[in-house]
Amino acid sequence: MDEPRQRLRFDHVSVSYGTPDGGIEVVRDISFTIRQGEFVSLVGPSGCGKTTIMNMAAGFVVPSSGSLMLDDRPIVGPGSNRGVMFQEYGVFPWLTVEQNIAFGLKLGANRKPAAERQAIVTRYLDLMRLSEFRRAYPKTLSGGMRQRLALARAYAVNPDLLLMDEPFGALDAQTRSAMHDLLLDILCVEGKTVLLITHSVEEAIYLSNRVVVISARPSRIRQIIDIPFPYPRHSALQEEPEFNALRAQIHELVMREYAAQEAQRRPPV
Amino acid sequence: MPGRSSAARHASNFALTIAPFAGLVVLWWLSRLTGLIKPSLLPSPLQVLTTFWATLVHGTLVTNVLVSVGRVLSGLLLGTAAAVPVGFLVGWYRPIRRLFDPLINFFRALPPIALIPLVIVYLGIGEVAKVAILFYASFFAAVIVMYEGMAAISPIYVRVARTLGATDLEIFWRVMVPLTVPHMLVALRVALGVCWATLVAAELVAAQQGLGAMIQNASAFFDLNTIYVGIISIGVLALLMDTILRRLTDRLLSWQDKVGA
Ligand SMILES: Nc1ncnc2c1ncn2[C@@H]1O[C@H](COP(=O)(O)OP(=O)(O)O)[C@@H](O)[C@H]1O
Ligand SMILES: [Mg+2]
Repeated sequence: MDEPRQRLRFDHVSVSYGTPDGGIEVVRDISFTIRQGEFVSLVGPSGCGKTTIMNMAAGFVVPSSGSLMLDDRPIVGPGSNRGVMFQEYGVFPWLTVEQNIAFGLKLGANRKPAAERQAIVTRYLDLMRLSEFRRAYPKTLSGGMRQRLALARAYAVNPDLLLMDEPFGALDAQTRSAMHDLLLDILCVEGKTVLLITHSVEEAIYLSNRVVVISARPSRIRQIIDIPFPYPRHSALQEEPEFNALRAQIHELVMREYAAQEAQRRPPV
Repeated sequence: MPGRSSAARHASNFALTIAPFAGLVVLWWLSRLTGLIKPSLLPSPLQVLTTFWATLVHGTLVTNVLVSVGRVLSGLLLGTAAAVPVGFLVGWYRPIRRLFDPLINFFRALPPIALIPLVIVYLGIGEVAKVAILFYASFFAAVIVMYEGMAAISPIYVRVARTLGATDLEIFWRVMVPLTVPHMLVALRVALGVCWATLVAAELVAAQQGLGAMIQNASAFFDLNTIYVGIISIGVLALLMDTILRRLTDRLLSWQDKVGA
């Protein structure tokens, strides 16, 4: 069997943060691999360490032990080969929509000639349905539009690995479902590798090849579940009995971890 | 309203701005007419206007205004120009902030006016002394606004820029500078207010020219008309400069989400 090559590999990775009263262990001995073209989701309770895991892949957090490789090289810092969507989108308020998208293309790391840059910006304006607002400042955009803008900006520099931290958490149900389909459409065309963090089990199943269930803090891998549905996927999939069975199974796992995390938060009296 | 011309809107805006001042002049007049304040202690608006015209034609008012404005602008520009890089450093590097915060707060809490006698001892009563004291006043007012603004900048934008491939230098020019412009403008406005207050005090104590000196000289002769001309000129000039800065702010910062705008 011809497996696609490995892109991102966590190998016995642990993280502890130093705090004034000692330290807290946030991630404990995590190992998993994401291959070229895969879509992998992490689900787990809030505060368990998901953002920390993403920040390691992005290059902002260094593992306390274990190794983290991207294309067989250790990750030493952030770079434009990994597109990152932060939980708080971080669109630049002082730039217009099109200037936001063009930001990365004006940097030395991936500078493009003006004509090519304009072509890329126009393409993502269309794709993300932001053309009408190209000259607007972010303060006038809705949450869904800001989210699409952050995605367009990350895509414009053409990273082939996308790291997304609960990107749809703040959207209403309709917008979120539209964003899911938009993302799947784009991935169909562009063939990227994605690591998505979410706390929606449905979202994780609908989008992913694999779902990694993370335990209460410190993060450990509870279970990795393969999602067998072929792409392209459509929202009707969410009504299928097989989908529902997976949902029930993963939900059960996740709920147990939520309860465990909740118990940590309220110390016994 | 589409039917109304912008000229008409400007006119009504202007009227609204003028109205409270007109009201103040009426009150002034009335308090004289009704004898609430003795006429010998309060000149009438008309007398003040006549004096204004006379000093204007004579050229002394213009000279005094130019001298004062020149001092304020040089002190203000030098002070804020120094405050911007210092504010950057202190706002950006936490250890430096820890070290300098108490010092800066000490000097800022000290009213610049209290230093005037000391400055006279060291630097005399020339232009250097005046600009030095205004530099002091605007520097400490501006630096604190700058670095507190810098410290409040969310690190998310820097992180985003890094993931898009920005170097440190690119982050400085393309992220930090645009995010600091609002704080620079606030710093400039705060410093401007402090500068005017300090300048007039300095000129009252030791100066041959300038609006403060004009007021001081007039008071020696109990020339109330000129005192009023001086005071009103100071107010008008300060208001004018602040308005210009506010306009500039609105133009440069149209991207900002303003509450109640
Ligand atoms: N820089 C840091 N220093 C100390 N503790 C941190 C830091 N970042 C996160 N934490 C702690 O680590 C835990 C996991 O955080 P995070 O990775 O953001 O979780 P999640 O994204 O799953 O909600 C939390 O308890 C948080 O308070
Ligand atoms: Mg998080």
